Amino acid sequence: MKALLICEYLQGKLLESTYELLAFADQLGASKVMLLIGSEAQAPKFDGKIYLADAGKFGEYNPDLHKRLVLDTAQKERPDYIVFVHSSFGWDLAPRVASALKAAQVSEIVGVVDGKFEVPSCNAKMRRLLTPKTKQAVLTIQAGAFSYQGQDRGVPQLERVDLAGSTPRVEFIGYEAAEKKAVDLAKAEVIVSAGRGIGKKENVETIAALARALAGELGATRPVVDAGWIEHSRQVGSSGQIVAPKLYVACGISGAIQHIAGMKKSDFVVAINKDKDAPIGEVANVLVVADVMQFVPALTARLQK
Amino acid sequence: MKMLVCVKQVPDMESRFKVNSEGVWFEEQDLAFRMNEYDEYAIEQAIRVREQLGGAADITVLSIGPDRVVEAIKKGLAMGGDRGVHIKDEHLYQKDPWQVASVIAAFARDKNFDLVFTGMQSQDRGSAQVGVTVAELLGYACVTTLVGFELSGDIVTARRELEGGIRGIVKLKLPAVVTCQLGLNNPRYPTLPNIMKARQKELLAFPIMDFLTEESAAITERMYPPEKKGRGLVLEGDINETADKLVAILKEKTTVLR
Ligand SMILES: Cc1cc2nc3c(=O)[nH]c(=O)nc-3n(C[C@H](O)[C@H](O)[C@H](O)COP(=O)(O)OP(=O)(O)OC[C@H]3O[C@@H](n4cnc5c(N)ncnc54)[C@H](O)[C@@H]3O)c2cc1C
Ligand SMILES: Nc1ncnc2c1ncn2[C@@H]1O[C@H](COP(=O)(O)O)[C@@H](O)[C@H]1O
Repeated sequence: MKALLICEYLQGKLLESTYELLAFADQLGASKVMLLIGSEAQAPKFDGKIYLADAGKFGEYNPDLHKRLVLDTAQKERPDYIVFVHSSFGWDLAPRVASALKAAQVSEIVGVVDGKFEVPSCNAKMRRLLTPKTKQAVLTIQAGAFSYQGQDRGVPQLERVDLAGSTPRVEFIGYEAAEKKAVDLAKAEVIVSAGRGIGKKENVETIAALARALAGELGATRPVVDAGWIEHSRQVGSSGQIVAPKLYVACGISGAIQHIAGMKKSDFVVAINKDKDAPIGEVANVLVVADVMQFVPALTARLQK
Repeated sequence: MKMLVCVKQVPDMESRFKVNSEGVWFEEQDLAFRMNEYDEYAIEQAIRVREQLGGAADITVLSIGPDRVVEAIKKGLAMGGDRGVHIKDEHLYQKDPWQVASVIAAFARDKNFDLVFTGMQSQDRGSAQVGVTVAELLGYACVTTLVGFELSGDIVTARRELEGGIRGIVKLKLPAVVTCQLGLNNPRYPTLPNIMKARQKELLAFPIMDFLTEESAAITERMYPPEKKGRGLVLEGDINETADKLVAILKEKTTVLR
């Protein structure tokens, strides 16, 4: 069994998540070969073969060109699996490769059970076990689900690959930096975050009062930010800030993977949710099953004493 | 400008899910369904394009699924879609993303849509495949994870969301498929007069067999709730007692109250 692992590369840098692909292939028991569309200097420390397409020529992510590079490499290696990280790069490119190969795609794998792939469903409240029916399959793995122990550290053998003339349909113009953070939540010792479960903008003050009583900062989930209830610089998660406070209090937050990615390094997590099955329970040290707008004022009152 | 918006109807994610008798999906009875959150942004964006063009545009809202999905189509029409298309399938849950995409592509193939809008992912299945696969099958350009959209002539300038809040800016020519991310715009609420008006709008229905030619590419072996390993303490009951307990725990287990 062979896996072709597609490296993650963004803005001139190899992303650490690339190593999770190696960990996944090991768990699957597959032999490994990689494709890096990037610079040689950034090649992962992998004791195996890496196909290298130079970023100087192919630039940053371009779906049409990258698809052809993956397909060319797959043609040479005939892998059973072509594996991406489930990221803005992977979820964009994987279905293009799968369609071209008429191969099954399994998205956002979190585990391997007897050679079958486990994926989350229903906002992580359920799991499904999938088996591809096609000979080759395209897979994406959830970021953070497979941790790399450094077993393959070494010097790769590089083989350069190139493409002859092609006109991509999507033209890359440039990057726009993330909004400047007015608040640096990474330094906060206590963060109290509001999710959509607080119900309305007027209720933000109740959550902010708890944050003050704990001498902490106010945080938020993305829908709360998108709705304009709390400013973006307080968003916690994969498209916001990554935080690691001593105490994180999640108020009316379901616990989507993109939110958890931002707060799972917290020392102690308290979640307040009316739903006992909410996935935030997976990372909470204490889950309080209650209406957040009733419970939070009661807690704040005790802390103010 | 001809536009197609694909919407999926999904259960409310706050529901309690039970596995169905086949063991491969959840029991749909007793669940409340709504439009996939990401797809609301897709409809809103199509309506904004029509507004930008002074009305010189036509929006088809399509959904595949059992009869209940007509509610999601109607919401799309009440927001501003011109025509609904219901592709009827009592067993949608048995179709994989490859089949769903091939059905949408088969419907769209001879209709020359200039723009196809989908959500970035569905909340129940979450494969993030259908939109891109439709684009590949139709031979359209495609941008995913859309957080910014500008149209000028037949050129789209799109902003894609990347990790950590960085955005990639790309340009592409119509026809195109775009998959919409949360926060792309502010989806409007259907007003009562518009809900009434939507009832008069055209709603076409087709059996899925008119468009389904592909077999599934992957098999769902089973569905199950995640193992509750390493879960913490659960506090329930009287608010005041629970609050007292929580304060005691915070004093004992953390240093923040010292
Ligand atoms: C590419 C990408 C990037 C993303 N990045 C981020 C990110 O950086 N940060 C982020 O947060 N999200 C991010 N998201 C969105 C994420 O997937 C979820 O949609 C989001 O985190 C959900 O926010 P929420 O928990 O506030 O809302 P919901 O999921 O709607 O949850 C609300 C919760 O409140 C509970 N509730 C409701 N009423 C009450 C009540 N009265 N009392 C107590 N509890 C109540 C409900 O049971 C539910 O669990 C991203 C998504 C994508 C696709
Ligand atoms: N049954 C369906 N009917 C119409 N559109 C769908 C359906 N399933 C998925 N889609 C579209 O494809 C997008 C991505 O879905 P998915 O690939 O399941 O994550 C959704 O946001 C919808 O726009």
